Amino acid sequence: MSKGFSDREKVIEVSGLTKKFGNFTAVDNISFDVYKGEIFGFLGANGAGKTTAMRMLCALSIPTSGTALVANFDTMRESDKVKSNIGYMSQKFSLYEDLKVWENFRLFGGIYGMNEKEIAEKSNLMLDELGFMSEKETLVKSLPLGWKQKLAFSVAIFHKPRVVFLDEPTGGVDPSTRRQFWELIYKAAHDGITVFVTTHYMDEAEYCDRVSIMVDGRIDALDTPRNLKIKFNVEGMEGVFLKLARGANRKEI
Amino acid sequence: MKQFLIFVKKEFMHIFRDSRTILILLLMPAIQIILFGFALSNEVKNIDIAIYDQSHDAASRLVIRKISESPYFNLVASVDNLNDANKLLQSGKAKVVAVFESNLYNKILHEGRGSVQIITDGTDPNTSNAVTRYVQAIIGEAQLDMTHIALPVTAELSMLYNPQMKSSYSFVPGVMGMILMLICAMMTSISIVREKEVGTMEVLLVSPMKPIYIILSKAVPYFTLSLVNLTTVLLLSVFLLGVPISGSIFWLIIVSVIFILVALSIGLLISTLVDTQVAAMLISGLVFMMPVMLLSGMIFPVENMPFILRAIVQFIPAKWYILAVKKLMIQGLPVGYVLTEISVLVGMAVVFTTISLKKFRIRLA
Amino acid sequence: MLKYLIEKEFKVIMRNKFLPKLILVYPVVMMLLMPWAANLDIKDIKVAVVDNDRSPLSMELVNKINSSTYFIVEKYAVSYKEAKEMIQNNEVDLILEIPENYEKDQIRENSAKVNISVNAVNGTRGAMGGAYLSNIISEFFSQKSGSGQAALIDVATQTRYNPTMDYKKFMVPALMTMLLTMLCGFLPALNIVSEKEAGTIEQINVTPIPKFTFILSKLIPYWIIGFIVLTIVIILAKIIYGVSPVGSLAIFYLLASVFVLVVSGLGLVISNYSNTMQQAMFVMFFFMLVMIMMAGLFTPIDSMPGWAQVISGFNPMRYFIEIMRMLYLKGSGLADLTRQVAALLLFAFTFNLWAIISYKKKN
Repeated sequence: MSKGFSDREKVIEVSGLTKKFGNFTAVDNISFDVYKGEIFGFLGANGAGKTTAMRMLCALSIPTSGTALVANFDTMRESDKVKSNIGYMSQKFSLYEDLKVWENFRLFGGIYGMNEKEIAEKSNLMLDELGFMSEKETLVKSLPLGWKQKLAFSVAIFHKPRVVFLDEPTGGVDPSTRRQFWELIYKAAHDGITVFVTTHYMDEAEYCDRVSIMVDGRIDALDTPRNLKIKFNVEGMEGVFLKLARGANRKEI
Repeated sequence: MKQFLIFVKKEFMHIFRDSRTILILLLMPAIQIILFGFALSNEVKNIDIAIYDQSHDAASRLVIRKISESPYFNLVASVDNLNDANKLLQSGKAKVVAVFESNLYNKILHEGRGSVQIITDGTDPNTSNAVTRYVQAIIGEAQLDMTHIALPVTAELSMLYNPQMKSSYSFVPGVMGMILMLICAMMTSISIVREKEVGTMEVLLVSPMKPIYIILSKAVPYFTLSLVNLTTVLLLSVFLLGVPISGSIFWLIIVSVIFILVALSIGLLISTLVDTQVAAMLISGLVFMMPVMLLSGMIFPVENMPFILRAIVQFIPAKWYILAVKKLMIQGLPVGYVLTEISVLVGMAVVFTTISLKKFRIRLA
Repeated sequence: MLKYLIEKEFKVIMRNKFLPKLILVYPVVMMLLMPWAANLDIKDIKVAVVDNDRSPLSMELVNKINSSTYFIVEKYAVSYKEAKEMIQNNEVDLILEIPENYEKDQIRENSAKVNISVNAVNGTRGAMGGAYLSNIISEFFSQKSGSGQAALIDVATQTRYNPTMDYKKFMVPALMTMLLTMLCGFLPALNIVSEKEAGTIEQINVTPIPKFTFILSKLIPYWIIGFIVLTIVIILAKIIYGVSPVGSLAIFYLLASVFVLVVSGLGLVISNYSNTMQQAMFVMFFFMLVMIMMAGLFTPIDSMPGWAQVISGFNPMRYFIEIMRMLYLKGSGLADLTRQVAALLLFAFTFNLWAIISYKKKN
């Protein structure tokens, strides 16, 4: 592949992963690998099965069949080891609103087994980098949405996981905040954290090293944005997406 | 009006989609009325009694036999010293010990005077009192058998309205009041506050509907549900528990409907006072549960309470409702006797609704 | 790890606008008011007298009744019909009807009889009132008729543990139990499900926290709250009602803490199975009512039908109330309480194990 990730260590290995809810197959036999330090875009329309697939990778949901290795651990049998090595930011903001900014860092740092000193130093470092020191004592519920999301991302990578999963991290925020957010993602990737991100903003797809596009629970395309555009002979990712989506049966939910 | 109906429909759909809650709401009153109707009773019986017989003669044996045959007592042990008797009381294995003095029979025959001592566990004063009376009655009978001298019958007792002294007669109205009150108030307050918490209330309020209709549309489904519950409870009381409806069914239902309206208006009031579901639930569940249970006269007679509490009790809607139900349902009195109760309940409904609508409007402004 | 989680629970509880007030104010108000209300003492029962005899003897009887602490002669009526009207209006609880020739019968034939009609809708008050009134009348009768027809066997009653037969003393431990159950049951029942509604549970589930640690972090705060509530009510019981434990205070705290684990565990189980706070609340509420009503709190368990007694055997509150009354009022020690303690331990173990198992980190 273009940037030569393939000779690097695999951080996520998925083969034949399937999830059924009754008769409905939400995720249909998907297989792919993600390499260390990569920013992996996971695209698809609403209802295509992105969140379900991601929840299986985070060991939040049990697959109907197939396997997934995350950080070399099996998500089914070694879920606690998987969980120690990942960070997760859900679609819905889910930090504790009744805690202050630093208290959220402290809580999650503590949960991942960091000691008091580490937590204190790292919180200050992160707040500093975010330019967020002045809000250290603010209750999370009184922060604006954009800030909440940046905070949620910082909390997700606070314990320096090997992979961070981001589920539509920039939903509902303004373009400038989105750009700032992507700077944070780049920095994390630069520090060696693999980033697995779902989005439906096609411009964001361009920022990814590789993207996969899910349609009706299947992965219909997987490559670098550049290769995909060449293959489908279109100007931008939007075009790739539209061409693939035309074949979709599922309605948007 | 059409718009209003659409809103009501939306609320119904919302409730019925949560099948678990609907199941609980419909089953809870039924189970409770059955359980409490059969199980709750203030009549003291099956009391564990121990015997300390120092006499071992015809008199003591006769009394002991009568005690063991009585449905009120449950003979658990026979001891031969006071120490063991005390242990039984202390460990709760016996609630009462009957001590027969030695030579009881001789003393009765020759001295015309014998004595039996009863040691009761007074932690529950009611049981303790009842035990004394039961033992007295049994000993009176024994005395008649032995000496043919009867204790005179000096009073004829008649139990009005409830000749068999069924406890369900006094508990059913209470349970009805409690269930209707708590379910209605809780459901309404939670469902309104939930919309506030989720933020959908704002959306509703910017719609062209008048706020009063929005509120009404939330109340209608719960009102309907309460009517279903009322019907279940009444049917179960009559056909399963055998509590008759001696008076007018029509007025019983009217009074119940008024009471349901009071409960709904209280739910409404709570929802204007708090912002979170947790607070709404805890207020309607916790803060209301105890007073309704303890102050409404459901279990404990209001007449026994000190003046200040009796004054507070007047503000508890369930008290008035229970009173009215007792009169209409059990005593079979005509509606003329419950006019006070009805007007108080109507007054409460009006006051609570007015206050909450005012508060609601202030919030909007 | 546990430390940080518990720290968080406390901060979240303390920052709630409503909870800290509830935890502190609710027990105080309830303890101040409720023991006065929860009273089945038989006193001041209102009597309507229909005296058809109007003799010195009948008047003496009425005076005797009026002078007893149990009764107040509230009204005189000219006819039974008028008196019944008074019952219907709830003005009186019972009617004493003295027949014509009461005095004559008493003097001539030594066999006078009166009629008592009780409003039996008010269970206890009516039934007990009627029985007491009969007693007073028999006593009066034997005084008047001389020694001829009196009781030969004298029944002497000695009342232990609560010699003044104070109902408040009986109810205070019961109320304490109720408060503890409600606060330490409802709050955990809402806890986990509120994290579900807020979405924060998701963030927790994706971390490697063991289920056991998580449930423990939910239990311990309520356990501590239980201690606070308990201490408040013990102090209030002592100051206001002069009721303090006759048995060991340390054992009492120990057993109360087991009981708190039982109700909090139940709350957490319900929270785990609920999708919304509304569901959790209704289910908890249902169990709470059944528990309170079937615990022997207000009506004696011995008076229940057999099947209901079996059900109450599965009611943890029943055992704790027994413990309360025995330890608090009778001063029983652990040796007398083995059955109850064993039952509570079993409940605590079962509910909390169930809470750990039913907490699903994945689906």
